[in-house]
Amino acid sequence: MKILLVDDSKTMRNIQKSVLSQLGYSEIEEACDGVDALSKVGAFMPELLLVDWNMPNMDGLTFVKKYRQSDKSTPIIMVTTETERARVVEAIKAGVNNYVVKPFTPDLLSQRINETLEKVAA
Amino acid sequence: MDPKFISAFVKSISNVFSTMLQLPVEVGEPRIKDGDEERFDVSGIIGMSGEVVGSVVLCFPGDAAERIVAIFTGEQMAVDSEDFPDAIGELVNMVAGGAKGMFEDREVSISCPSVIVGKDHNVSRLKDVPCVLIPCSTDCGEVVIEIAIQDRKLAEGADAQAASASV
Repeated sequence: MKILLVDDSKTMRNIQKSVLSQLGYSEIEEACDGVDALSKVGAFMPELLLVDWNMPNMDGLTFVKKYRQSDKSTPIIMVTTETERARVVEAIKAGVNNYVVKPFTPDLLSQRINETLEKVAA
Repeated sequence: MDPKFISAFVKSISNVFSTMLQLPVEVGEPRIKDGDEERFDVSGIIGMSGEVVGSVVLCFPGDAAERIVAIFTGEQMAVDSEDFPDAIGELVNMVAGGAKGMFEDREVSISCPSVIVGKDHNVSRLKDVPCVLIPCSTDCGEVVIEIAIQDRKLAEGADAQAASASV
């Protein structure tokens, strides 16, 4: 499965990569903001995206809105420090399928990835 | 400063360090920063805007920062290595983001983090916002949170008062 990690923090991308490799996923592409992600989705064709919210150049919410204009179905998990209910609702309305609040344990991230993929497959 | 702000940061740093680093944090007595305080080697800074305005700084001695980053990233890094500021930035991002989530009924945004690395520096701020310093100790060494934030309405009131006093 091809997974795109969108986060301006290399540290956070590495942590997520480590969880994903423990789950058996190795086909991973990285983007450092929404602009970078938009430039990569066409060629990489991800089957799952993990997207941070607060990023320079283009934030995660703007990226999701733009991405959803052309792709309505590929699952997106927002991985962010934004915990307020209004923000979560905003993200879901924009087309996010699931939500992980930072800080997270590897178990929680694994659980969210699995439940998101199961829901999409159902 | 609203005491709820302080307790939010206390809860948030404990949560971030225990979840991401499995590192318990012992929080000391918060106090007002009064000028010539202790100096640090690494500082992660984040701005807040919206209904709460100001800045938050997570300050570390160099050796504590190196130990904490090693646990966080799984790699031994010197403070001057290329990826070191990224790790510190992400820590302050999570601490500030977690705290703002506890500011009830206030719409607040946080900036992307900035990181200062340099021996014995001090982050100065404008004098009109009191800065509260929260000392924290961990098995990796000391960490200090400096919070200089206030409700925007309060900040605007103070600005208006200053303007009318200067007329």
